[in-house]
Amino acid sequence: MYAQMVKSEATNDDPEMLAAFQARIDAGEKIEPKDWMPEGYRKTLIRQIGQHAHSEIVGQLPEGNWITRAPTLERKAILLAKVQDEAGHGLYLYCAAETLGISRDEMTEMLLSGRMKYSSIFNYPTLNWADIGAVGWLVDGAAIMNQVPLQRTSFGPYSRAMIRICKEESFHQRQGYDIMMKMAQGTPEQKQMAQDALNRYWYPSLMMFGPSDKDSVHSAQSMAWKIKINTNDELRQKFVDQTVQQAKYLGLTIPDLALKWNEEKGGHDFSEPDWSEFYEVLKGNGPCNTDRIEARQKAWEDGAWFREGLMAHAKKAEARRASAKVAAE
Amino acid sequence: MAPSLSDIMTPDAAELARAAGGGASAPLEMGSPGHDLFVGLARLGDNTLILGHRVSEWCGHAPVLEEDIALANMALDLIGQTQLWLGLAGEVEGRGRSADDLAFLRDAWHFYNILLVERPNRDFGHTLMRQFLFDAWHQPMLKALEGSSDARIAEVAMKAGKEVAYHIERSADLVIRLGDGTEESHARMQDALDRLWPYAGEMFIGDEIDARLAEAGTIPAPESLRGAWDETVNAVLAEATLTRPDSGFAHKGGRQGRHTEHMGHILSSMQWLQRAYPGATW
Repeated sequence: MYAQMVKSEATNDDPEMLAAFQARIDAGEKIEPKDWMPEGYRKTLIRQIGQHAHSEIVGQLPEGNWITRAPTLERKAILLAKVQDEAGHGLYLYCAAETLGISRDEMTEMLLSGRMKYSSIFNYPTLNWADIGAVGWLVDGAAIMNQVPLQRTSFGPYSRAMIRICKEESFHQRQGYDIMMKMAQGTPEQKQMAQDALNRYWYPSLMMFGPSDKDSVHSAQSMAWKIKINTNDELRQKFVDQTVQQAKYLGLTIPDLALKWNEEKGGHDFSEPDWSEFYEVLKGNGPCNTDRIEARQKAWEDGAWFREGLMAHAKKAEARRASAKVAAE
Repeated sequence: MAPSLSDIMTPDAAELARAAGGGASAPLEMGSPGHDLFVGLARLGDNTLILGHRVSEWCGHAPVLEEDIALANMALDLIGQTQLWLGLAGEVEGRGRSADDLAFLRDAWHFYNILLVERPNRDFGHTLMRQFLFDAWHQPMLKALEGSSDARIAEVAMKAGKEVAYHIERSADLVIRLGDGTEESHARMQDALDRLWPYAGEMFIGDEIDARLAEAGTIPAPESLRGAWDETVNAVLAEATLTRPDSGFAHKGGRQGRHTEHMGHILSSMQWLQRAYPGATW
């Protein structure tokens, strides 16, 4: 659903070409795959778009966890459609990254070997049905907050993918909120599930915006290139201000005793997430890191015969067409 | 003319049961046209529900991204069809049960799907072969249902038929490609075919309920679909270089509510929330 802590690459290109490139970006022009671009821009984008694509793919798992247990046929259908959308987002994003000269298989291999990351939010488990609501409401909500500005990003294919993805994500967020509403207004047990989901997903959602700007070393170059549009703290503040109102409407309590309206800054004061937890999860120590990556490895390895079978058939069919053509001539 | 005893008793029994609470009226009398139609519709809806469940188990675990998308799409179609068939079954039954009540609150012996759809996914080859054997039946079934004497059934069949035309196109295409792919993909597809074959025959074995529904022109007799199925299956297997098993043995019972051990496990995950929190709305 989104990329975090994307390291921007240094670039050693000709200063004149760099200046001309920067001028195009500053003028609001879109950079297209065949245009000249600094090597650092290309590499940073591959990393960012690739990470985003991987997040969509791994993101199927925590939600897929509830498809067979969805409580009504309609909820099951909605969840299936949502997970299908995530896979579709992964597909557009891999295609966008491929225009930069890397293949989907290479990126997949890098994900499975741990050389590329996915958003750490998906290393948290979905433990009760309200988590499916919370993932839509908070996780997709945070993703939208990040992605709406990226519709204006400088790289054409990424920007166009974002426009499409944002439309679907807003729909997902509404569906998630709808589940929360039903749960929050339901039986005492359902309300308890909703509050429990909010308690567990609140801080990990805040972490999705990345570390505070003062600790984020890669922002400046990415912002100059319009690969990143707003700072982490700006987006986090916006997310908190929006979500507080929504939680109030649901009758749920945000798990932060320090949360209060600050008239002077025109926004809420709130507690920082525990960044040591964030770094532990990035290192592989989140509750589901091992399960998530093992599930993806298993899918890829078990599917090898399937992919090879299709390739072999395609080659046979091509050979048959070629020999039929020779025979006809 | 004085009404006969059954004319008096039937509405009275329903009314009494309603008055006694719970909202449920007297059960449909076995062998009555309403009961036959309820079972016929549940057979259709339970097939799509249980197969949809099995297919949805793949979500996020398919061998390639395009297959994740295709499988989710297929499961979505099947669940959508379930809503229509079970919705109609509930309406025909007239006891106020919704499609959700039927899906989430019946026990295994009141499910009427064929055993084939509850077979475990195993590898992707099994999943595809199960889908193909089912689609090759599903398509002519829906085609025939478009001509049902019951307009509600014809309408659902028309909608579902459009979706299933894609299902069979995809599953047949993949069976051909993998059958005629590598040595390994061929072996896996042949193994899947051999293992699933004894579960295909049940689709074509009718009982008294089927005979009465066919007589009324509402749902075609299972036996009548065999020819179309054979034609599709033979053509696809030949192109896939797979060998059609020559056994005519068929496991059966699912359509009468006697299932495999797998069914209870499917229901225990599918129905869990509804069972654990009765009366909640979701």
